[in-house]
Amino acid sequence: MRETPESLVVDPGLDETIKKLTPEKIQTVVEHVLTKENAARLKVYSDTCVHCGLCAEACQTYISRDKDPYYSPVAKVKNTLWELVKNKGRVPPESIRDMSRIVFTECAVCRRCSMYCPFGIDIAYLLLVVRRICSLLGVVPAYLQDTTNSHAATMNQMWVQQDEWIDTLQWQEEEAQAEIPSCRIPLEKEGAEVMYSVIAPEPKILAQLLGNISQIMTVAGIDWTMPATDGWDNSNMAMYSGDFEVMGRVERLHWETAARLKVKKVVMGECGHAFRGAVYDGPRWLGWKFPPIPMVHAIEFYYDLLKSGRIKVREKYKKSVTVQDPCNTVRGRGLGNKLRYVVNELCESFIDVDPRLEHNYCCMAGGGTINCGPPWKRSRMVSNRVKAEQIEATGADVVITPCHNCHSGIEDIVGFYKLKKHVKFISEIMVEVMEIPDSLKA
Amino acid sequence: MFCKDSWDWQPDRKVVADLSRLRSSYAGIEEFAASPDGRVLAALVKTEDDQFTVWANGQEWPDKFELAWCLRFSPSGKLIVLVRIDDEWTVAADGKSWQERFEYAWDPLFGNDGLVVGIKYKRENLYGIAIEDKVWEKSFNGLRDFCLSPDGLRAAATVQVKALREADIFGFFEGVWSVAVDGKAWDKQYINAWNPVFNADGNTVAAEVRTDICDYTIARDNEPWDSRYGCVWAPVFHPRDNSVIAAVRNQGSWMLYRNNEPFWQGRYNQMWNQRLSSDGSRVAAIVSPDFGKWTIAVDDRPWPKLFSDMVLAPVFSPDGQRVAAIVKDGGRWTVAVDGVPFKESFEMIWDPVFSPSGQQMLAMAENSGRFVILANGRKYHKQFQKLWNPVFSPDGKNVLLKYIEDDKYCRQVVPVEELLG
Ligand code: SF4
Ligand code: SF4
Repeated sequence: MRETPESLVVDPGLDETIKKLTPEKIQTVVEHVLTKENAARLKVYSDTCVHCGLCAEACQTYISRDKDPYYSPVAKVKNTLWELVKNKGRVPPESIRDMSRIVFTECAVCRRCSMYCPFGIDIAYLLLVVRRICSLLGVVPAYLQDTTNSHAATMNQMWVQQDEWIDTLQWQEEEAQAEIPSCRIPLEKEGAEVMYSVIAPEPKILAQLLGNISQIMTVAGIDWTMPATDGWDNSNMAMYSGDFEVMGRVERLHWETAARLKVKKVVMGECGHAFRGAVYDGPRWLGWKFPPIPMVHAIEFYYDLLKSGRIKVREKYKKSVTVQDPCNTVRGRGLGNKLRYVVNELCESFIDVDPRLEHNYCCMAGGGTINCGPPWKRSRMVSNRVKAEQIEATGADVVITPCHNCHSGIEDIVGFYKLKKHVKFISEIMVEVMEIPDSLKA
Repeated sequence: MFCKDSWDWQPDRKVVADLSRLRSSYAGIEEFAASPDGRVLAALVKTEDDQFTVWANGQEWPDKFELAWCLRFSPSGKLIVLVRIDDEWTVAADGKSWQERFEYAWDPLFGNDGLVVGIKYKRENLYGIAIEDKVWEKSFNGLRDFCLSPDGLRAAATVQVKALREADIFGFFEGVWSVAVDGKAWDKQYINAWNPVFNADGNTVAAEVRTDICDYTIARDNEPWDSRYGCVWAPVFHPRDNSVIAAVRNQGSWMLYRNNEPFWQGRYNQMWNQRLSSDGSRVAAIVSPDFGKWTIAVDDRPWPKLFSDMVLAPVFSPDGQRVAAIVKDGGRWTVAVDGVPFKESFEMIWDPVFSPSGQQMLAMAENSGRFVILANGRKYHKQFQKLWNPVFSPDGKNVLLKYIEDDKYCRQVVPVEELLG
C-alpha cells in the first residue's frame, strides 16, 4: 500500500492493537464477516462493479486532494475489501492498520459516490463492512473506539454520568425560565406527546441548546418530555465503528425508553448520523423495518412549527446565511427543501451552496471521522478543501448546520482555511428571531 | 397485596381534589401523583417565593425545598420526592427528609411492599446506593443500572471499579465494570455489565456481562456462564428453582437459554423481555420470527398473529393461564390477549390488568387526549381527561378508577359488571 502523510499518523488504536493480531485471527474474522454477515449483498456488488471510476468525481477526498486516484471511492474499496476478499483474509496485521485508516479516516460513509455510480453500488456500505472487520479485530482509531466504549458503558457517547444529565436539564430549565418564566424541561412525563432526544455533546459542551429547545417547545405549546434515565442519547458512533452489538443495545434502549414514556413520537435535535442510527441502521439490526415509534428530525419539526404558525418570526435574522446539507437527513431522507424553507422563514438573506441538496458535498466530519480525534484532524481538513471553497464562494456570513457533526466539521474547516464565517444551529437562530407572545413574557 | 383488602371497595364516587382551585393557589404545579388506593392526590407545587413543596389532599408539607422533582407514591402509599436543600440532594418521604445529603441523588426504586425506598447517589465524585437513609460502605467511580431485592432490603448495581484516563481504550478492554451487591463488588471485572437482577428471595444476583469485543454472557454471583455468545439480553430468575433464563444470540439467531443450556428450541430473529408466570411454569417473551414482524411466544410457541411495529413485554394473568401484551401495528396501539388483538386500536394504550381469577381484563387507552377504559376489549362508555391504571378489588368484583374529569380528581369504585356493560 502507498505511503502517504496519513500513514505516518500515530494512533494507538491502530498502532498498538495490531500487535496483538495473529494471521489466524484476521482470517477467522474476515471469513466470518464476509460469509456469515454479508455474503449475498457483497457478492452482488463485487460482481457488478466494472471499475469504471465514475464514482471518483463524487468524493470530496478525491477532489480536494487534486484528483489523486488513490482517494477515489473505488480505490478505497480496492485497497481494503477486495484485498481481503482476494486473499481470503490472509493479510498481515500492518495491512489491517492501513485499511482501518482508510475506512475510518478517509471515507465519511456519506454515500455521495453511490449517486455517481451507474449501478448505484453502495460503496459506503462496502467500506462499513471493512469497518466491521476492523472493529471485531479491535483495530479502530482510539478516539472513535473510546466513543463506542462510552456508548457501551453509559449508553451515551460522551461518558455523561446520569446525575450530570439530569442536573444539566434542571440547570437549563432555569436558564430558559430567565427568558420565558413558564419554560419547563418536563422529565419523565408519561403520556406526553413528544419525547425529545439529543446527542451527548448537548449536555456535555453545548448545554444552551437544551435551554433553547425548552423555549421553542414552550412558545410552540408542545406537550413534551425528556427521559431522566439512560436512553436519552439518540447518537450512535458504534454504528460507525462497526460494533453493531453496542449499536443495537443503544438503539433498543432509546426506543424502549420512548415506549416506556408512552409518547406518540420522538423529536430529535439537530444531528444527522443520529437520525440514521435511530431510523435505519439501529432498528434494522434489531429486527424492525422502521422505527417502532415515529421519529421526527429537527428540520422537519421546525418546518412544521413554522408552516403551522406555532412559531412566528418577530424579525428575520439579518446576517447572510448559507447551509450545510447533512448527508444523512438530506441525501438520506430528502429533507433539503424543508431545510431551505426553514432557513428562508428565519433569515433575510439566504445564499444557497453549489452543488446543493442531495448533491452537496459531505462535511467530512460525519460517519465517525471527526470522532477519530485530533490525530486525524489535518487529514480531514486536507480531504475537504472543496468544502472550504464551496462555502467561501457563497460569500455568506453564517453557515447553518442542522447536524452536530457538520457543525463541528464546518467549524474546523472555517478555522483551518481561515474563512471568517460563523457556524450556527437552526435552533440558535430560531430563539433569536421568534416571536414570544405577551402572555409568556416575564 | 399492600393491604388492598383494607381499601374502601364500596361502589361510590368521590371528588378528592379540585385542580383549578389548586392551580390558582400556587405559582406552578409541576407534577401530580395519585396514591395506590386513590384516596390521596399529591402535587409538587411551586410557591410564590420560588420554592417547592408537596401538597397532598389540601395539606402542604411543612418543609420547602430549593428544587424538587420525581414525586412518586410507593405501592404501599408512601409519598416520596427528590429534593434539594442547601444545594444538596436527598429524599423526602411522607414529609420527612432523610438525614443523609448528597451531591446528587436520583432514580428512586421501591421494594415490592412499598415500605422501602432506595436511590442512587453521588458524593465527592463517587457513586453508591442508599436504602432508607443508609448509604453503601463503599462507593465507586461509576454506577449505572440498579435494582432492589424484592423485599427492598438489598441493592445491586453495575459499577465501574477503577477510574480510567481519558480515551484509555486499553484499560477499558481490560475490564473495569462489575456488579456490586450491597456495596461489595464482585471480584471479577468485565468490559461491561448491565441489568443486574435479584432472585425472589433476594440472595442471588445475575447480570449481563461482556468479556471480549464481541463475547457476551450471563454472570451469576461473580461466575460467568461457561459459554460466550454474540450478544445477550437481560436475564431473569425462575421464581421457584432459581435458574437463570436469558435470550442469547447464537450463530446469528436468538434463543432462550436456561443456566447456559438451550431452554427453548426455537431460533428467532430477535427475542427479549422474557417474563415468567408467578409459579414459573410458563415463560413468555417478545419474539421476532421474521424480519420486521413481532409477536409473543409462550413456551416457545409464537402467536400466529404477527405485528409490524412493536410488541411490549408480556403480562401473565395471576394464574398464569393467560398472556396479554401491548402491540402496535400500522401506527396504532392495542392489546392482544392469547394472540388475539382487540378489534379497536388507539393512539396509546397501557399495560393490561387481569382480574384475580384471570377471567376479566382491563386496559386504559387514549385517543386525541381523551382516556378510555377497555373491559375485555370493549370500551366503557365514559371518557376521562386523565386516568390512572385501574385496579381490581381482591375479590375481583369491583374496580378502582382514579381519574381527572372537569378538572377534578376523583376516586370511584365501579362494579366490574358495569364496566363490562
Ligand atoms: S467519503 Fe463519501 S463519496 Fe467519498 S468514498 Fe466515502 S462515501 Fe464515497
Ligand atoms: S462508479 Fe460504480 S461501477 Fe464504477 S468504479 Fe465506482 S463503484 Fe465501480
